[in-house]
Amino acid sequence: MADEKDSAQPQVQGTPPAAPPQPVPAAAPKPDVSRRAFVWSLPVGWAAFSAACASSLIATGRFLFPNVLFEPPQAFKAGFPSEFNVGEVDVRFKDAFGVWIVREGEGFYALIAVCTHLGCSPNWLSAENKFKCPCHGSGFYRTGINFEGPAPRPLERARIVLADDGQILVDKSVKFQQEKGEWTNPEAFLKA
Amino acid sequence: MATKPPETFLSRTWDYITDTQIWRSIFRHGMPSNSRNRALAVMSNVFLHLHPVKIRKSGVRLKFTWCMGGLTFFLFLVETFTGLLLMFYYRPTVAYAYMDIIDLAEQVPLGIMREIHRWGAHAMVITVWLHMFRVFMTGSYKPPREFNWNVGVILLVLTLLLSFTGYLLPWDQLAIWAITVGSNMARATPLLGHEGPGAQLLALGDVKMVHAGSDARFALLGGRFVGEGALLRFYVLHCVGIPLVAGILMAVHFWRVRKDGGISGPM
Repeated sequence: MADEKDSAQPQVQGTPPAAPPQPVPAAAPKPDVSRRAFVWSLPVGWAAFSAACASSLIATGRFLFPNVLFEPPQAFKAGFPSEFNVGEVDVRFKDAFGVWIVREGEGFYALIAVCTHLGCSPNWLSAENKFKCPCHGSGFYRTGINFEGPAPRPLERARIVLADDGQILVDKSVKFQQEKGEWTNPEAFLKA
Repeated sequence: MATKPPETFLSRTWDYITDTQIWRSIFRHGMPSNSRNRALAVMSNVFLHLHPVKIRKSGVRLKFTWCMGGLTFFLFLVETFTGLLLMFYYRPTVAYAYMDIIDLAEQVPLGIMREIHRWGAHAMVITVWLHMFRVFMTGSYKPPREFNWNVGVILLVLTLLLSFTGYLLPWDQLAIWAITVGSNMARATPLLGHEGPGAQLLALGDVKMVHAGSDARFALLGGRFVGEGALLRFYVLHCVGIPLVAGILMAVHFWRVRKDGGISGPM
């Protein structure tokens, strides 16, 4: 086998053969990466790769949650208490903020205009003295208590307090549910 | 003694065309006049190769398959084509969306295009259910086809999600409140919905991790209610996101029919 290999070398005919280079005994080339370093690089590499994948995934998920919302604020000032008539349901803030402010003899409460059935916006029907949802016909008394249709529980009330400047402050991010006994909370009802 | 058909102008032209480099670079086999070439015609085509080269005689029997899978795919193609055309006119913003839909019916030539898209969508939901019913009744979900059944279930869900996302785009009262009602279900997602089970557990002290501004519904709508963000997100999902995933899964679905032994035979 070795002879065949040798004879396969191209031979230049007619010229004296130049001194063939002495074959250097093949010393094993020193590897760029030692066996120990290679074995250690495996978990480190996989950990780095996994961390990169995981953080990319988290960052992509975070991308779905915007930092700035072009929505009406959850809390707003609704004017001074003297601007409300006793016994009336004020619908001025429903379109912009989704809240009715009801002025009773003893004070104020803010009802969130979201039907407790499936989340539509009910309407205040002053002639019938009730809130009526157009989607599936749920009806609520002016207190927010449900009395007809599929709504399973009363409307929710929002935090209503006096701001420092004397105006009424309504904060929808704090909600009070009647069935949890939260309507007795002092911030669920603003005493006049 | 084999007789050669007489040469005519047509046959000479045909021979010339089929002998050009262009023709032979496209079709790498002879005319499909024998079984080998017919098999090659299917196998050497990227679209046809998803389909089996040979199928059982029962596989083309209308009474056995109802052709419901094929009809569903056909309707998907109709929806893709008509949907693409609608995209030339429809702008997914609160200011324009509703009037663009009106204009599509009243101002744009061939105002029936949107109706074709809508009726095609209804028909696709019906055919995909009937396809599932047929597969169930013929027992075609049994091994070795159980994987493909699951792919089909995902495709069914994607079809329903395509209908759901498309529902919002007309941006009329029906659309807005239907999506309000529908997306409220996401509030009850376990752990990820702020009214769902387990959401209270995800809190750091008094700070809730999952609230109305950070739950699954918020990610779906891009806001706390159905507004500008929801319209754009549903539009992107309807036109790009879901069709892309559905298209990939359809390729898998068809290919697996072949790999699992073709359309199942009658029991």
